[in-house]
Amino acid sequence: MSKKQKGGQNLNSYQIRRPLKRMFPLFILPTFLCFIIGFIWPFLQGIYLSFTDFMVPSDAELTVIPAIEAAQKDPSLITEAGGSFSYYMDAMFQNYRKAFEDPSFSRAFWNTAGFAVVSIVAINVIAFAIAYALTQKMRGSNLFRTVFFMPNLIGGVVLGYIWSMIFDAILKQYATYLTANSTYGFWGLVILVAWQQIGYIMIIYIAGLQSVSEDMLEAARIDGANGWQTLFRVTIPNVMPSITICTFLTLTNSFKMFDQNMALTGGDPTITLAGGAQIKSTELLALNIYSTYKIGRRWHGTAQAKAVIFFLLVAVLAIAQLTATRKKEVQQ
Amino acid sequence: MKSQYSLGSKILTCFFAVLCIIWMIPIFEVLINSFKSNAYVNMDAFALPNSESFVGFGNYVKGLTFGNYPLVNSVIYSVVITVLSVGLILLFCSMSAWYIARVDNWFAKLFYYLCLFSMIVPFQMVMFSLSSTAHELGLNTPWTIPIVYLGFGAGLAVFMFVGFVKGLPLEIEEAAAIDGCGPLRTFFLVVMPMLKPTLISVGILQTMWVWNDYLLPMLVLDINDYRTIPIHVDYLKGSYGTVDLGATMAVIMLSITPVIILYLFCQKHIIKGVAAGAVKG
Repeated sequence: MSKKQKGGQNLNSYQIRRPLKRMFPLFILPTFLCFIIGFIWPFLQGIYLSFTDFMVPSDAELTVIPAIEAAQKDPSLITEAGGSFSYYMDAMFQNYRKAFEDPSFSRAFWNTAGFAVVSIVAINVIAFAIAYALTQKMRGSNLFRTVFFMPNLIGGVVLGYIWSMIFDAILKQYATYLTANSTYGFWGLVILVAWQQIGYIMIIYIAGLQSVSEDMLEAARIDGANGWQTLFRVTIPNVMPSITICTFLTLTNSFKMFDQNMALTGGDPTITLAGGAQIKSTELLALNIYSTYKIGRRWHGTAQAKAVIFFLLVAVLAIAQLTATRKKEVQQ
Repeated sequence: MKSQYSLGSKILTCFFAVLCIIWMIPIFEVLINSFKSNAYVNMDAFALPNSESFVGFGNYVKGLTFGNYPLVNSVIYSVVITVLSVGLILLFCSMSAWYIARVDNWFAKLFYYLCLFSMIVPFQMVMFSLSSTAHELGLNTPWTIPIVYLGFGAGLAVFMFVGFVKGLPLEIEEAAAIDGCGPLRTFFLVVMPMLKPTLISVGILQTMWVWNDYLLPMLVLDINDYRTIPIHVDYLKGSYGTVDLGATMAVIMLSITPVIILYLFCQKHIIKGVAAGAVKG
């Protein structure tokens, strides 16, 4: 504990700092260079590409450039669009407009939102219940822990194929199959992801539950609190940090879900909307971005614009969730 | 009642025993179907193999070359990529984290916050640009792709290491410095051993990520030459109109068995590592 109190005031010891600073190229440069290649550059280029039309990034052209050329040839375009500002803004954000107008994108958004809500609740409630039971005095709890965690070792693609076989086998008894109906695909994905992630989340809850002090529980019992009261008034407030982490993890995981979605249904079945547009009905956002890119060259910029929207959405949600649950944590 | 376990806890044990068996059904399903011929998997996937449907290790033999790509190659590439990537991440990210925590100047702070930021950025945001950058820089082979993994995985690893280094007592490092250790020796002989629990934790999380990752190698590697295990499994389904489910299950079985065996041997470390990693986060 004394380590923590030290933090802040005296961390930068002169003896360590000076020689270490000279070792900059060795200690930090390799990671930083890779970080630029693997993250910073692609991120910045990604923002740029979302305003362009491109096959590969090297031939990218801003979508506003052809619009400028067109306006030079035919100035009436600007007046038709209602002024130069709206004309150029429209050209500039052309990919974004296309993304928002794409019915498959909004379908994917609602799929993702629904999937996130259902899976966050299901995974956290079940994982917490299992963790709570396993931290009671019980024979075999280590073995159970081992079993529940095991699905985490299997990758999303493999999991998707395993479960698609199982669901197909079950549904065959009712003379149907997994990709016959988008409801099957949705709940199938929920079951798959719950099976995979409950073990992981359970481990975090177990660690949190084990850190709740025995004395506090004892005190509650002596004061006459029953089991439920102890659980809701003492245990849960004290594991709030774990709940924060777990909801954060399940939220970001369900929004970023790709492998499982691709391998289980691949977005099928395709449905026809009232307007005649054909869209994949069980696509989540991440898969929708990927399949938009695969349509062809004219959609590359739109796919990147969708990715930027997706990133902003994930970032806002993650930050909002962290600030919301952090407030509920008990100060210790 | 002489037993130290109450009746309630015995009932709970029975309940969880049943639940665990149910939990294992999917893996058990893969196992039994890997011994059945394709027609019988399609007919009833839940039936146990009988004398008609049983094909012995036929599916496994077939699985080794199934999908026109030797499974052994996929295993080798997956191992190479995972070992190199996780090795690089552990070494360089812990070094960077020590620098960030101890030097703590504007650059260190900037890098740290960029790492935090990178943790909330979904892969889709960077993937189109990253795959072309990787191709241009020649990072599209199993021996060079670890550089990409180091770059994209640095965020979480640096964040976790910095959290841990900040909790280490400075006196030990000062003592080493006074005794004449340069930064390199201080790091490898003094700091590194103290970081061991975090190294295990980060190592496990990154291994689980890299080993099972599908999209990054799919976009970056030259798929005709190099397929990792997840890509290989995906191609089994993708390349055929009718899938040989029996052989697919055999391939899946071959790919998950070593992982599960490894897990059973060091499950204590893995579970502890995951819990510790999450608490830091």
